[in-house]
Amino acid sequence: MTTNALLLRGGRLVDPSQGLDEVGDLLITDGVVEAIGRVGEVRRDGNALETIDVAGRVVSPGFIDVHCHLREPGREEVETIATGARAAAAGGFTAVCAMPNTDPVTDNQAAVGFIISQAKRAGGSKVYPIGAISIGQLGETLAEFGEMIGAGAVAVSDDGKPVVSAQLMRTALEYARTFGIPVADHCEEPTLAMGGAMNEGVMSARLGLRGIPAEAEEIMAIRDILLARRTGGHIHLCHMSTKGSVELIRWGKERGINVTAEVCPHHLSLTEESVEGYNTNAKMNPPLRTAADVAALQDAVKDGTIDVIATDHAPHHYDEKERAFADAPNGIVGLETALSVNLTWLVHRGTLDVPTLVEKMACAPARIFKLPGGSLRRGAPADVTVFDAEVAWTVDPARFRSKGRNTPYAGMTLRGRVDCTLVDGRVVYRRGD
Amino acid sequence: MTGPLGKDLLGLESLSGEQIRLILDTAEPFKEISERAIKKVPTLRGSTIVNLFFEASTRTRVSFEFAQKRLSADAVNVAASGSSVSKGETLVDTARNLEAMRIDMVVIRHGASGAARFLAERIESNVINAGDGTHEHPTQALLDMLTLRDHFKRLAGLRICICGDVLHSRVARSNMWGLQKMGAEVAVCGPRSLLPNAIDEMGVTVFRHIEDAIQWADALNILRLQLERMQGGYIPSLREYNRVFGVSSERLNRAPKDLLILHPGPMNRGVEIDSDVADGPHSVILNQVTNGVAVRMAVLYLLSGGKPELAEAAKGGGGR
Repeated sequence: MTTNALLLRGGRLVDPSQGLDEVGDLLITDGVVEAIGRVGEVRRDGNALETIDVAGRVVSPGFIDVHCHLREPGREEVETIATGARAAAAGGFTAVCAMPNTDPVTDNQAAVGFIISQAKRAGGSKVYPIGAISIGQLGETLAEFGEMIGAGAVAVSDDGKPVVSAQLMRTALEYARTFGIPVADHCEEPTLAMGGAMNEGVMSARLGLRGIPAEAEEIMAIRDILLARRTGGHIHLCHMSTKGSVELIRWGKERGINVTAEVCPHHLSLTEESVEGYNTNAKMNPPLRTAADVAALQDAVKDGTIDVIATDHAPHHYDEKERAFADAPNGIVGLETALSVNLTWLVHRGTLDVPTLVEKMACAPARIFKLPGGSLRRGAPADVTVFDAEVAWTVDPARFRSKGRNTPYAGMTLRGRVDCTLVDGRVVYRRGD
Repeated sequence: MTGPLGKDLLGLESLSGEQIRLILDTAEPFKEISERAIKKVPTLRGSTIVNLFFEASTRTRVSFEFAQKRLSADAVNVAASGSSVSKGETLVDTARNLEAMRIDMVVIRHGASGAARFLAERIESNVINAGDGTHEHPTQALLDMLTLRDHFKRLAGLRICICGDVLHSRVARSNMWGLQKMGAEVAVCGPRSLLPNAIDEMGVTVFRHIEDAIQWADALNILRLQLERMQGGYIPSLREYNRVFGVSSERLNRAPKDLLILHPGPMNRGVEIDSDVADGPHSVILNQVTNGVAVRMAVLYLLSGGKPELAEAAKGGGGR
């Protein structure tokens, strides 16, 4: 049943895109924001008007995740576009950008079209494909950006395969500039990171695990920033994890270089200590770093050096993580815990206020990736997230909508969770359903 | 049944000095069994033990086997291998299969750090770590400490320098933790490219020159230099390694006192250690091997629920 009109009554409307933070109602008509106003100002004027009481809840533009892995095509036993899009909706995301490390790789217009068509049938959040930079993510031959964008791709990235060739990255930045899309890079100098399983430091020395030094990320981050300066292209640095990277991004932004950066909830909340006991659910790439890195990343989110928070949602099968640490794959699921982790570690500990968090999770992603949404302005698509910023709950991965259960937050009590998610005015998630 | 060491022996980092002393003290009465004409006591009669070796090993596996046979346990050797990924899958399934066969203990050697703990968390049997990746090799460090204690009659206050490839050495880590808990001073000496980057934060002294380490130490524990380290680009050549870091009698002769020489084996003669040092009067390398059996008997006995104070009597058959 489609709802022509829907009223969200009495929520705290938080929309940094228009400097809004006040209690009021939100009226949605035919999938777009019709009006916002103080409680009672917006009157019901038709018999079909459906009302949801959202008093005590935050009503914000829908969250947009610019970095997730939906595993389809190729690894449908681990996640599909449908389960991923529903997990996203449950996490308050109204749109997600799917990385191209599928099998086959999303490196052509047909592959992009497949994701778009699967997403339409999913009935969850919107899914925007990210195309590969190089054919097969092999780092050799440029993929057809123009064709992929024509089919619906919103950015290009070789995802977990860092673009080793500086010349290829330079060309990608120049070519992407033609189309006005960002080039997203996983910064990792492969010879330094090779074989690494966790952050390099005392902890890796103790556990006898090969470490990945911070410099493996930072060397590629500064290379990319310098190439963005040379080309004028837009470099988007994925999942930044170190204090040094923050300083390099700041350096680039101060010089007006077209660099944006993302950070993941886990890098804002956990340290390498989580690996203790060889916990494979604390294994991801880039790895969890030190408390000093976490503090620097939190500050960088607050002061704007880092633009967006993205999940790097990476589902894996239980069996794959049930291995010796060095043999387990990298990655954790993140869509259904992102908001709660951010509220728990950033908002409730006083680093960020709710509007700034909404800016990082909704407005900035839309702006940087030039996507619809990220705003509750009149006429904007009614992509809306309603959440309780206070309620405490305990993470039980068995209840995830994602097929992935691999999370370091299992059993932890977090604060704040999503109540309701609307995409184009349609309820795609409601807690308790 | 959980004894004074807990269910498993996974490493020395998680043991107390008291527990380490207990193992060393318990090993003392077991030494004598190996000197008898009939080297067998009924202490672990009826116990089923699996020696699960995912990496090739002669010395450690044989040492465990003798310890088990001399205590009358029923031991089965399983040599497993496989690719990096299949190892992990094998490990889970192997654990479940072993458990289903109602065994009492597993001795595991595996190429991945944390593998022994992984197994221990998934089965009820006692697990003994016989070397996991570059993490720990607790029974090796225990036999090293027993050998040092035999000679010096104490561990507290001793100065021990671990020489060589500390970065990739589980023997080095177990020795560092064990010796520090027993009150010894620990140093390391080797090329910086073969020391963990964070070595300065690990409570040990770092010597750049082997000559300085020799001046400082009471004993050297000289690690085997794996030949693949050279292929991995950590050092330029074995020749240069020997000339810069090799322990030679010429270097030892300049020390103010005689240094005790330990080596966990197998040795690369002429690389990390010269033959005249390995075969010299201060080498206790073969004493280490002898002590290995006694230490492993002690560990098997204590983990199986044996009472430390009854170890002497247990040799006659009681005490469990």
